[in-house]
Parts: sequence; structure tokens; C-alpha cells
Amino acid sequence: MKIAVCVKQIPDPATPYELDSENHFVVRPDDQVLDDTDRYGVEMGLQLAEATDGEVVLVSMSPANNLQGIRQALAMGADKAIVIDDEALRGSGALVTARVLAAAIEREGADLVIAGTESTDGYVGVVPQMLAELLGMPAMTFARKAELTDGTIRIERQTSGGYDVVEAPLPALVTATSGSVEPRYPTFKGIMGAKQKPIEQPSCAELGVESVGSAGSGQEIVEVRPAPERTAGVKIQDEGDAHTEIIKLLEQAKVI
Amino acid sequence: MSKEPVKAGRVDPRDFLEIDALLSDEERLLRDTVRSFVADKILPDIAEWFEEGVFPIELAKEMGALGLLGMHLDGYGCSGSSAVAYGLACVELEYGDSGTRSFVSVQGSLAMFPIRAFGSEEQKQEWLPQMAAGETIGCFGLTEADAGSDPGAMRTVARRHGDDWVLDGTKMWITNGGVADVAVVWTQSDEGVLGFIVPTDTPGFSSNDIRQKMSLRASVTSELVLDAVRLPGSALLPGVRGLKGPLACLSEARFGIMFGAVGAARACFEAALDHAAGRKMFGKPIGSFQLIQRQLVEMAIGVNRGMLLAMHIGRMKDSGSVDAAHISMGKLDNVRMALDVARTARSVLGASGITLEYPVIRHMNNLESVYTYEGTHEIHTLILGQALTGISAFE
Repeated sequence: MKIAVCVKQIPDPATPYELDSENHFVVRPDDQVLDDTDRYGVEMGLQLAEATDGEVVLVSMSPANNLQGIRQALAMGADKAIVIDDEALRGSGALVTARVLAAAIEREGADLVIAGTESTDGYVGVVPQMLAELLGMPAMTFARKAELTDGTIRIERQTSGGYDVVEAPLPALVTATSGSVEPRYPTFKGIMGAKQKPIEQPSCAELGVESVGSAGSGQEIVEVRPAPERTAGVKIQDEGDAHTEIIKLLEQAKVI
Repeated sequence: MSKEPVKAGRVDPRDFLEIDALLSDEERLLRDTVRSFVADKILPDIAEWFEEGVFPIELAKEMGALGLLGMHLDGYGCSGSSAVAYGLACVELEYGDSGTRSFVSVQGSLAMFPIRAFGSEEQKQEWLPQMAAGETIGCFGLTEADAGSDPGAMRTVARRHGDDWVLDGTKMWITNGGVADVAVVWTQSDEGVLGFIVPTDTPGFSSNDIRQKMSLRASVTSELVLDAVRLPGSALLPGVRGLKGPLACLSEARFGIMFGAVGAARACFEAALDHAAGRKMFGKPIGSFQLIQRQLVEMAIGVNRGMLLAMHIGRMKDSGSVDAAHISMGKLDNVRMALDVARTARSVLGASGITLEYPVIRHMNNLESVYTYEGTHEIHTLILGQALTGISAFE
């Protein structure tokens, strides 16, 4: 069983982000960290690999100048990583990302692909679905639990009111929700051993991916505006019926 | 030399001197891992453990799984990390609490280290893997009620009975004593000072926990009683005779304390920095007042200087050039610094500074123990005096 887990290095969320004034993309500093939400995908991959005596291969499209985030995922226990860092990829959008990841996964061969639901820097949230389409795999999204039995993947798919049980034959793609599993801490031995684990860095040409970068993305960011200022909340005076007002608001917000 | 003009106004208050840049990627990842572990597993409950006076023994196996126990030792299930990596882990653990750092110090540097350094092959194979995993807890019996700074005055004695040894005596102020499965006990004998590996279920061995402590409350401190404890010859640590055995262990543990104290100080400084920004008096944040600013600055200088000192001595240890006196200087100055920072932070926090809702008074009380244990402030001063003059003031 070979499990490909898509991971992303992002600028440290604790530091303010800068946007490039020309192409409106996030300016990527040398020091990047593993997207916190990817830890769930890595953990899910490791658990499924442990249950099936399989291996976990990380796949990332990422500036490779500092691979600290990738090494963190390797330290958790992944077996190797494929990192695609090509000058030609600057300014690429979600579709190019999906095409590059698909090419790398196809070349590697995988029975199962796991991704997070969306990245914490861009929040586009469509790459996994695009990737599934390109790979010809069913997209099993928002898994809060995943099990493998006899060539079948079965997930509990989180919905607004509960969960659906969804099954598909392998190969398939699963997106893991935050909280689906408890990500392990990298062990010290894992951290020290991560240096020895292979990190392949193929170019776009080696993967056979053409027309990348902003030109190949089929999208253009026309304008970026700051989010609207937060407005004042609603104050409810309790005259004996405040609870019904609160229940109404919670129902409107669809949280109950 | 760089021709770049000196930049202004771009320092990080929480890493003022950019000491992070002195760490390798691997060291940073290890540090961040322990930082997450402390944030997830220690900080949420530490005030309660401190108030109740309990040590969270269930953390031992989790620490073992991470690789924290005996992490700087090689082989036998230990992580084999560098001295600096061990130090960085101590910083983060003691950012949580001196009690949890003490647990790791005692397990790794005082109980596992002597077995690794002075034990037989059989002893190493029997004890180290289970201790590294946190399945077996160790303690270190050197200090006695009347033999603290002068361990040579200890009265616990080992006598040969055929192939066996019989141990009699009482040890005092023993961290982990009441929860230990195994004790490394140092004794007088006809052959000089000897070390023994004593399973705590051996007949004649008992322990009494010390109650009513106002410091290190989330840590177990005990008296060990050895009443005709009979041990096979294989319990003796064969690799060392004399006080240099236990003193070598203490140098290892003091090294961790030198780093750890910086963590306690950083926790207090950060609490004071946050409080000074949020607390308003006379219509503005108290951080806008000169007296508070001075306190914050003194704390920041202490924390940064302490971390640089620890890093420098840490790199010396990894390169093999460190002397015990270097570690004494680090332990002495960093614990003194941490206690000063804790007291200053307590003052900045005002009344909030005395509650366990904030970490400050807990660290302040803990550091009173750290100031005294593992070589008192005074003894380290005299070790340094001896190193400078060549003359011992205490022997």
C-alpha cells in the first residue's frame, strides 16, 4: 500500500503576511512551516500505512529553499518526500498546483492520496477535488474518520448536521478534516533521522507538466481588498426570554 | 563587514537577540516539538497540579515516547541527541514548570546517566531501555539530612556479606523518590564511595514523601530509608569509585538546569510583557510608564543574556571543551537571573502576580529550590573561586 500525502509549506501564521503588489500572491519568506492542517493528513496516512504495512510519500509543490516543514512531516514518520520547486511555477494558481501534484503522484504511483481540506494561507480549497479529477479517482472529501478494508476505503464524511458513510474502491483521494485524528509529535529519533530520508526534487519538465505559472493558471487575480471591519455584535437584554432569542440566532447561524 | 545600515525598530520582543538564528533546523524542530508538547500536555493543568501538590506520573510514558528521557545518551533506546538539543528541551520543559523539568533531569541525568557511564553491559541492557521509555522511573540518592553541600560526609554505608552487599542509611530531598521503581544510591564503604542500582521493591527499602512544600509542588520529593537492604553483587556500578561518580552526574544535571532556568525566566518575562500591554492604570497601559519599562528591559536583558550563556556552554559541551566550572558559572548566573526575573515579573503583575492563574508566583517559588539544589548558589560561587585562584575555600 502506497499512500501519497499532499502537504504544503506556508509562511508562519504567527507572522504578518505580505502580498506581492503585482500578482497579489503571498510573498514567501525563506523560513516556512508545515501547514498545521496538513498534520492531520500526515497522521491519517501514517495510521493507515501502519495498519497495512504500507509506506507514506509526501508530495508538495513548494519553494525548496528551506524544507523545515517537509522535514517535520518526515520526522513524524513519512518515508520520503517529493518536492517540486521550479522557477517556472511562480504565480501558479490552484489548477496548475493540481496538475503538478497529479503528475508527481502518477509518476510515483499511489493506491491512496490524502490531502487536507484547504491550505491555511490561500484557503482556495479546490486543489484536492481538481487533483482527484486529474487522477481519475473518486474524491472522498471531509473525512473525519477513514478505514481501509480489502481494497476499499470507507470514510465518515463530515456534514453540517452529522456525517455520511461513504465507500469507494481504491485508488481514491481522501481529504482529512482538522480533528479527524490526533497528530503525533515527531519523536527525537524521527527528527534526527529525517535528515537521512530521501527528498526528490523533480522539475516540471521531468514531470512532463507544461504551461505552468500565471500564464497556465487560467485565472487572474484582478484586485485584492482588505476584509471588512468586524461590526458590533447584537446585545440581548434578558427579560426572561433571552434564551429563545439566542437559540434563534444559533439556528440562523446553522450551528444547532 | 556588512555595509548595510543598522536597521531600527524591527526587533522581536520575544527573541530580542535573534538567538533562534544560532540553532540548526533540526534543533529548532526539536525545540518546537517540546514547546508544543508543553503547551498541550503541561500548561493546561500545571496550576492545578501545583495547587494539589501532585506530579502527573502519566506523563512519564508520553515523555518517553517523544524521546525526552535520557535523550542525550547514546544507544539502549535513548535518542542520542546533542547536549544543546537536551538543553533546548530543558528550556521548554521549564517554561512549563521546574517540576516537570526536574523529573526529566533526574530520570536522564541522575538515574540513567550513571548506569550508562558506570554500569556493566548487563545493567545497561536491563535498565536503560525501560527507563528511556518512561516505563521505569528512577531517582538518585546522594544527599542526606546532614550531608548536603558536603556529600563526602554521607553516613549511608554498604558492607560486603559474601557476594552480596547490605546497605544502611537514609537519603533526603530525593526528587522522584516516592514514585521511583529504581534508585541509584551512593554509599560509603571500605572501598570508598560506591554506587548501587537499587530496585525500590527490595526488602528494607522504603520512602516517605516530604509534605507541606511551598516549592516544586508538582514534583515528588522524598526521604529514602535503607534498612539492611540486601543486594546481589551485580547491583554495584562497577565503573567508578569515589565522589567523582556522583559529581559527574551532577554536572550533567546542572547543565540542564542552566538551560531550564532560562525557560522559567522567559515564561515570567512574557507574562509581564503581556500584562504591561493589557493592564490600564491612569487611563493608559502600565507598559507606558517608565518604571514598568525599566523592569521589562531588565528582564529582557536577563533572559537574552542567560540564553546566550547557556548556548555558548552548550556548544562547548558538544565540542568536548567544557569544564565543570563552566557549567557552575552557567547554573549560578542563570538561576540567579531567573529568580530576579520572576520576582520582577511578580511586581509588574501586581495582585495578579500572586495567583496561580498566571505562571509567575509558581516559577518564583520553584526557583527557590532550583537556587539551592544541584549545588547551592554559594557552593557554585566557591567552585568558581577555586577555578579562578586555584585555592579551595571549602576543602
